[in-house]
Amino acid sequence: MNTNLPQQMSGGAPQGAPVKMTPKQMLADYRWVLIIALADLLVWVFWPAQAAPVIRNTWDYLVEMVVILIPVAVLMGLFEVLVPKQLIGKYLGRESGWKGVLLALLFGTAPTGPLYVAFPIAAMLLKKGASPLNVIILLDAWAAIKIPQLLIEARFLGPSFMLVRLALTVPSAILMGWLIQKGIERTGGLDLDPAGAESIS
Amino acid sequence: MSSILTWSTYVIVFGALGVLALRDRAKAMQAVKVAVKSFIGILPIMLAFIGLIGLLLGVVPTEVISRYLGQGAGWWATLTAFVLGAVLYIASLVSIPLAASLLRAGASVTTIAAFLTGLMMVNTVTLPLEIKYLGKKMALSRNLLSLVFAFAIAIMIGMVLQ
Repeated sequence: MNTNLPQQMSGGAPQGAPVKMTPKQMLADYRWVLIIALADLLVWVFWPAQAAPVIRNTWDYLVEMVVILIPVAVLMGLFEVLVPKQLIGKYLGRESGWKGVLLALLFGTAPTGPLYVAFPIAAMLLKKGASPLNVIILLDAWAAIKIPQLLIEARFLGPSFMLVRLALTVPSAILMGWLIQKGIERTGGLDLDPAGAESIS
Repeated sequence: MSSILTWSTYVIVFGALGVLALRDRAKAMQAVKVAVKSFIGILPIMLAFIGLIGLLLGVVPTEVISRYLGQGAGWWATLTAFVLGAVLYIASLVSIPLAASLLRAGASVTTIAAFLTGLMMVNTVTLPLEIKYLGKKMALSRNLLSLVFAFAIAIMIGMVLQ
């Protein structure tokens, strides 16, 4: 669960020197792999008839995953280098209308990394005057319809599953953004914590 | 169909990287570095999940999976999968293969969709962080609305694809 948070695909600091890991860190990172391997071994010893299907399934999924993960990782690298996160705020203001909605969707589907990477960016955008509508769309798109994730989804669950979910998620994100914006306007604006917002930028 | 999709992804992505390399070598190198870092970063959790899928599919008979997660298991299975998805934190890059393996073993589309939409749209584990950055109003209303929309989307996916 959230013990894995820092290990997700973050691509946060592109200039970081190659990380040298101590054997102890590696062991900690791969502890679940080792536990599963141990379980596999137990199956092989005590339940030999099931060993072949376990190995076959593991191998099939490993190949399938690596095949799609290679271009997905490169795509994430390209996004990280080519999409200027700081410029996003300029185009997402309250007057941006449908153009802003479209850009929020595009910026939301492009980035790399898990959702918690988006929170500081969203906070910065709000402070720079982006509308809650656009920020919610950006967050929802980031959470549910990132392009690398859609590629994996199409590969494993089929293009039709991916497309149906995408077609339902986009209008939902826009509707949610609109509802939340209305709610925030009616209740007297955002309740951002000024200290918290300051310490992150 | 999915392999055509995969190979066109390769052509487009590596084509774009090639074009970038011709125009700006340093940026292309940086992109590759980020790619390698991302790949290595996701590897431990990805391998663990793949191992788990292999073990699950090899040991648990598909009849059991379809009995508890299939069409016949009814609303409780869908609801349980949704709640599990909403409270857990699993990166989608690894939860999608897991969901796919259950689907192929006989789980219902609605239940699998509920698990995935809950996982992606309702972010319980990161909610405290979201509140800290965006304020209670925005963070709580986003997650509460997500709860409703995520479930509705899962039901609709089930209706379209079942």
